[in-house]
Amino acid sequence: MSEKKTKGQILWELKEKIKQMGPERHKKRIKEQGKLLCRERLQILLDPEPIVEDGMLAACLEEELPADGVVTVLGKINGRDVCVMANDFSVKAGSWGPRTVEKIIRIQETAMRLRIPMIYLVDSAGLRIDYQIHCFPGRRHAGRIFHLQALMSGMVPQICLLSGPSAAGGAYIPTFCDVIICVDKLGAMYLGSPRMAEVTIGEKVTIEEMGGSRLHCEVSGVGDVLVQTEEEGLQKIKDYLSYFPQHCFEKPPVAEPKEPEKDPAELEKIIPENQNVPFDMYEVIWRIIDAGSWFEMKELWAREIITGFARINGKPVGIIANQPKVKGGVLFVDSADKACRFIRLCDAFNIPILFLMDVPGFMIGSAVEREGILRHGCKMLYAVSEATVPKISVVVRKAYGAGLYAMCGPSHEPDACIALPTALVAVMGPEAAVNAVFYNKIQEIKDPKERFQFVKQKQEEYRDQVDIYKLADNLVIDDMVPAWELRNELIKRFSFYENKPGELRYPKKHGVMQV
Amino acid sequence: MAEIISPMAGVVAEVKVKPGDTVEPGQELFIMESMKMMIPLEADKGGVVKEVKVNVGDFVNEGDVVIVLED
Repeated sequence: MSEKKTKGQILWELKEKIKQMGPERHKKRIKEQGKLLCRERLQILLDPEPIVEDGMLAACLEEELPADGVVTVLGKINGRDVCVMANDFSVKAGSWGPRTVEKIIRIQETAMRLRIPMIYLVDSAGLRIDYQIHCFPGRRHAGRIFHLQALMSGMVPQICLLSGPSAAGGAYIPTFCDVIICVDKLGAMYLGSPRMAEVTIGEKVTIEEMGGSRLHCEVSGVGDVLVQTEEEGLQKIKDYLSYFPQHCFEKPPVAEPKEPEKDPAELEKIIPENQNVPFDMYEVIWRIIDAGSWFEMKELWAREIITGFARINGKPVGIIANQPKVKGGVLFVDSADKACRFIRLCDAFNIPILFLMDVPGFMIGSAVEREGILRHGCKMLYAVSEATVPKISVVVRKAYGAGLYAMCGPSHEPDACIALPTALVAVMGPEAAVNAVFYNKIQEIKDPKERFQFVKQKQEEYRDQVDIYKLADNLVIDDMVPAWELRNELIKRFSFYENKPGELRYPKKHGVMQV
Repeated sequence: MAEIISPMAGVVAEVKVKPGDTVEPGQELFIMESMKMMIPLEADKGGVVKEVKVNVGDFVNEGDVVIVLED
């Protein structure tokens, strides 16, 4: 006869059973889809010890609802404390019941109270409609999850890995995060599912077309990083966190300095002197930053501007760089949005910003006016104005019009605006300027050869007027350096600016930024 | 079949392929002039040029089809 189990044993066995997650048939299906199980994700993400779990016994009296479909834990990533919420798709497709929602709210409150990063591993079918009055409309129901996300924003880092199709609320959690890492082909998010769209508006589309990871990373701009596997995505969370402090009152962590992957001495050859000829701005970045330190945000969207985290001499910086190779590096509606969002992310978490300019200005024409280019341009300028972190702007080549302002030119309080000898700063380029000023005169000249000579001469005069040494002479820019000296100059300058207090602006509730 | 569309409003400065040409992924297909910049456009994937819908000097809007490729 076996001995009677102690109360402790009974509890232990129950907890072991809960750790097995949902029914075997569901787990099998998840594996067949090439996905990781909820607790496998946590195992990959977190240091082995210590981990504590809250609310594991939620819904423990109901056989089919282990942990009520969400695992909420305190754990460590490379020794740093984090809060994690992980949907368990093997339990009712990761859907939310009343206790699921309460657990998510509590782990968020824990992250706020302890001031530590909040990570969301999202894979959920959304709210259980049959329980809606217990988890949808009330004070501590689903809406509060998003309310807290908004309040936490900029206080602690919020990071999301999107591993499955997530509708409505499931899609808002990622979108409220600072960064969404999307798993290609597995992840998807949308306000209304394809099935709902078919019934409600008669549209027939696939999950991929509606809101697949690739769509959000390439087209909508909602996604930030596209990865091929969940393992890669979990590693990306760790990489991302390595640039960030635990909360907004700390400085970002410093790593071992490394030399750049490519030789800074080659920079002069890479940047063409002819302002109208494109080049690849990445080739400049690889010669400034520490080797292997690049983490790009929204790489596949609005590619005419590059935004990413890097380290220079071991210290994190956010880089915003025009990409002349794509759309001439002109700023569009989406590029302005992309830059605005990135600037605010850096500023919130005390990450210094480096601007690399080669910008012909904001796009003009009726198409972009209809899209509200003014509204979007304002956003970028607004974010630059508000950012109080150390800011260095570098005029790599051209900086025309409001492009100069948006890229933190002298008017926008950079700690320094420095120029390479290839720089050209002006209201507009010589071609456009000569056309604008001498339009009637040019039209009057009938002889094409004579006209060409006239235009050429005026362009040269114009270039002379805005010669970069004239701007340096007039103290418009703070210094000029040869391209090969840029990295050293940045290391020295950032070291002086890094203790700059983020000064408080005029007392007010908040500004009224364009959106 | 793939349609190569104009990435932005501007004037066609140079067309580098003609119907029947085989193009490789990453090959430059045409150059636009916009905002006083020369802006090259490359093929995403390879194919054979079926049709070139523009001439040098034409104004094209963002989204206009410029070249049609066959697989």
